[in-house]
Amino acid sequence: MQNLIEIKGVRHAYRTDAGPLPVLDGLEISVAEGGFVAVVGPSGCGKSTLTRLIAGLMKPDEGEVWLHGERVKGPRSTVGMAFQNPVLLEWRSILKNVLLPLEIVPSKLSKRQAEERARFLLSLVGLEGFEDKRPSELSGGMRQRASLCRALIHQPDVLILDEPFGALDAFTREDLWQTMHRVKEREPFTGVLITHDLRESIFLADQVVVLSGRPARTQYVLDIPSEGPRTLEDLYTPVAAEQLNILRHQIQIAQGRAPAEEARI
Amino acid sequence: MTGWKTVRGIAVPLIAVVIFLAFWEWLVWFNGWPKFKMAAPSDLPPAFERHWNLFLTMGWQTLWRTVLGLLLAVLFGTLLGMIMGFSRLMRDALYPLLVGFNAIPKATVVPIVALMFVGQHDFNTVLLAFMISFFPIAVSVSIGLSTLEPEYRDILRSLGASQATIFWKIALPKTLPEFFGALKVAVTLAFIGTNLMEIVSPHGRGLGALFDSGRTNSDFPLMFAVLIALAFLGIVLYYIVVALEKIFAGWAERAPG
Repeated sequence: MQNLIEIKGVRHAYRTDAGPLPVLDGLEISVAEGGFVAVVGPSGCGKSTLTRLIAGLMKPDEGEVWLHGERVKGPRSTVGMAFQNPVLLEWRSILKNVLLPLEIVPSKLSKRQAEERARFLLSLVGLEGFEDKRPSELSGGMRQRASLCRALIHQPDVLILDEPFGALDAFTREDLWQTMHRVKEREPFTGVLITHDLRESIFLADQVVVLSGRPARTQYVLDIPSEGPRTLEDLYTPVAAEQLNILRHQIQIAQGRAPAEEARI
Repeated sequence: MTGWKTVRGIAVPLIAVVIFLAFWEWLVWFNGWPKFKMAAPSDLPPAFERHWNLFLTMGWQTLWRTVLGLLLAVLFGTLLGMIMGFSRLMRDALYPLLVGFNAIPKATVVPIVALMFVGQHDFNTVLLAFMISFFPIAVSVSIGLSTLEPEYRDILRSLGASQATIFWKIALPKTLPEFFGALKVAVTLAFIGTNLMEIVSPHGRGLGALFDSGRTNSDFPLMFAVLIALAFLGIVLYYIVVALEKIFAGWAERAPG
């Protein structure tokens, strides 16, 4: 199977007044079509830079980013993005917010079809009946759901999620995890999830990539095999505990708080 | 219950105005001030009646010059704000100039402008109204644009949207609440500009000139009548801006509670 996302030997440094600040150093990540990779790592290790590279919002100093067998040279309409800040437009209704990308990306859908699709996505994430509400009338979790619909409306190949659930309370977050599984079942996509939450990473992803501290390289990759649909109960099994243990240990190595000899790829 | 609330909403401010006018009337009566020293509220209706025509023509002149100056300020201020909001370099270059210009009391600019464009009273007045009112607009637009969270740009930019699209779809509507806030300040400032020029220019026109003729004759009822007329125009323009704000930026107002 061809890998949909291929990140090869990416190096990047930000230019600051104090000289270049390397953030990524030899990053290797590949995601199969339909795969879902979670990227975890210490704070400030360059995870957000990674999302901007995949989205084509910036170019790496060295190395290559490939999507669908094509080298990424700039923004492309086959990408959907959602951030920790849902950035909904306050002057638009929820429905109009979800439809926003279709005003930019050329689409085969008629106006009516587009609206139907938006309504379908909103119902999929549990927001039916809120189409005509303003973002300010919604709770944080609901806004994040709407933001997810907006990221999916133009049927992107790649969904980039940059800590989308980071600002939500624990119960809302778990609710949204389940929503994500429901969405992926109906609207298949290849996903990259940036997160700080190890439980989130093993619940949502089929592969967890641990980045080292800055400058970040791929330090460890953990496969999360899965039989059938996952439930929240799966997080409380010995298997999950073992996975979390491995990941926590790897994060400690990345933070420099544990000896590195056990690190492997 | 709501009926009582509307009655209260109208009655309370009305009673306050009546008390204020009664106190003013009493103050003039108590001190025995003659009309060449101070005017009482009861002197104002006769003053309006006597100069009815003048109030209409002069009021109109003041109004159109103020509105024209304000429109120019909106155009120029928005443009300047956009330039400073989008370009860090231009902001660094222009901001000190702008602050310096704004720090000059505009009363001192009046004689300069009046001398430079002698006799062009309409032009001078519009120019001053413009000069005094573009600053808050430029500043608010530039701040609104430069503080736009990067994620807002990224959601559209990642889809390949151009800078112009990002501006029309996101940056512009997002700055509207700040813009209208500044416009409310600018409306009042523009009136100050028009009146400064109208009062100071010899052979001026407009309500300011009418005020000045009242001054030379120590006609206090006329002077106070002009003040009331100016306040009336100011209130009308202010509420026009408020109405526009409701239409274009009503979304920024949150429901109470």
